[in-house]
Amino acid sequence: MSAKPDIQARYDAERVWRDFPILAREVHGKPLVFLDSAASSQRPASVIAAVDEYEKLHHANVHRGVHQLSQEATALFERARERVRDFVNAASTREVIFTRGTTESINLVAQSYARPRLQRGDEILLTGLEHHANIVPWQLVAGQTGAVVKAVPMDRRGVIDVAAVAACIGSRTRIVACAHVSNALGTVLPVREITRLAHARGAVVLIDGAQAVPHQRVDLKALDCDFYAFSAHKMYGPTGIGALIGRASLLESMPPWQGGGDMILTVSFEKTTFNELPFKFEAGTPNISGAVGMGAAIDYIDSLGIDAIHAHEQRLLEIATRKLDAVPGLSIIGTAPDKAAVISFTIDGVHPHDLGTILDAEGVAVRTGHHCAMPVMEFFNVPATARASFACYSRESDIDALVAALAKAREVFV
Amino acid sequence: MDLKDLYRDVILDHNKSPRLFGRLDPADSSADGHNPLCGDRLHVTLRLDGDRVSDLRFDGKGCAISVASASLMCEAVKGKQRAEIAHLFGEIHEVLTHHDAPVPDDLGKLAALAGVREFPVRVKCASLCWHTLNAALDRSSTPAKTE
Repeated sequence: MSAKPDIQARYDAERVWRDFPILAREVHGKPLVFLDSAASSQRPASVIAAVDEYEKLHHANVHRGVHQLSQEATALFERARERVRDFVNAASTREVIFTRGTTESINLVAQSYARPRLQRGDEILLTGLEHHANIVPWQLVAGQTGAVVKAVPMDRRGVIDVAAVAACIGSRTRIVACAHVSNALGTVLPVREITRLAHARGAVVLIDGAQAVPHQRVDLKALDCDFYAFSAHKMYGPTGIGALIGRASLLESMPPWQGGGDMILTVSFEKTTFNELPFKFEAGTPNISGAVGMGAAIDYIDSLGIDAIHAHEQRLLEIATRKLDAVPGLSIIGTAPDKAAVISFTIDGVHPHDLGTILDAEGVAVRTGHHCAMPVMEFFNVPATARASFACYSRESDIDALVAALAKAREVFV
Repeated sequence: MDLKDLYRDVILDHNKSPRLFGRLDPADSSADGHNPLCGDRLHVTLRLDGDRVSDLRFDGKGCAISVASASLMCEAVKGKQRAEIAHLFGEIHEVLTHHDAPVPDDLGKLAALAGVREFPVRVKCASLCWHTLNAALDRSSTPAKTE
């Protein structure tokens, strides 16, 4: 709660809510209460319009034609890259690679950075709260190289302690890969300290920033990690587009991971010379309209101010935590002191899957299941949880609707 | 869409107090069922007397629909011949997956599951136990799936 009161006072959640056309619809005859933004956020009218305008007026292939449309499409695509660079304060657009999203970004690093370097017995260090997207790519490359995947344990609150990380980094640790914010628990990880520790021991650091970038300011120059991955669709942009930000010196040393058009300078049947950064890693025609939408999403976030969004969501987290704690039989899973606005919970006597169905009938959309984080579910010894996650457009009344719907669920089951 | 149609009293009752819950030891056959989407896990053990399921039990963890469906299934198939069980499975499968399928009279208490078909994402919860039972009957050693 570091935000100044004047930022909070100026934040008009009702007006922000009205920027998102889908939120006005009904579900099963009830007003939609969308509390599943950690899975995928909704899009404001400005993002929808930017993509629409691109499709109607500017579309052609990028980096190819001399004709007007190709030049316009290229300019819009590269403008989006600059917006992404600015958004996370990366050093240069050469370090901004468009991918299909966080998952592809992590796979790119695993296959292009890690695979050629890892030796049998080398270690890849993850944490106990990772999303499957930051586990499975490393298991694949471990299987290919003989490297070993390890995980820093979390404590009962879902906290990854810096000391626990320090204890796990050994002489064979080559890569440390961790979430910035846990999708299942909301825990904010001490990524700056983790990066320092890893660098001091010669390991490179990848951070899965999918759940961080929509909710808090991310400054990669200050963070100093080697790779940072995120997706547009969790930050009010389209699906199927995201970014990998990588340290230029590392990206230059890495082989391309897919071959095709756009990533080459010259091709003959004897030899191909690869294009420069970032194009070396962008084989084939990219998701141009997606990139345009991602750029527009960043414009939208900037128009509200990421610090104001953060303050608003932290206020909602505090209120929601208090109100949910008062629901009989409800246990919050994940109680880290530093959390994003994500609340996982279980209710005695009501399976999360049943809860999800009952809440849906009330128009309340929450995620139920293992949240692509099965090791987290196992750690807390639950098969699944329900998860309410908040975004810039969430309102206090959404929390009340959730609490009222939970009372209905208890009526049915308890 | 009416929740009362999904969570009928019979279902809530069998969820709260599942019948034939536990494991038979010794058993003639057993199988595990897993629905990875929601984390439901069931285990079915059974004893055979020729082609007749003379006794069976289930245990595991799951949502109300999967627990109640397993409990109702165990009650319904206990003492029945393989062919009768296959017939019941065909009927319940039809009822669960076809919106307009009539509910046959011989389904008995299993008819309480008919409301599940209005909730397509929950059909797999209701069918997991049947796939698990079939796996046990086939004496398959591979876990049953709802796919």
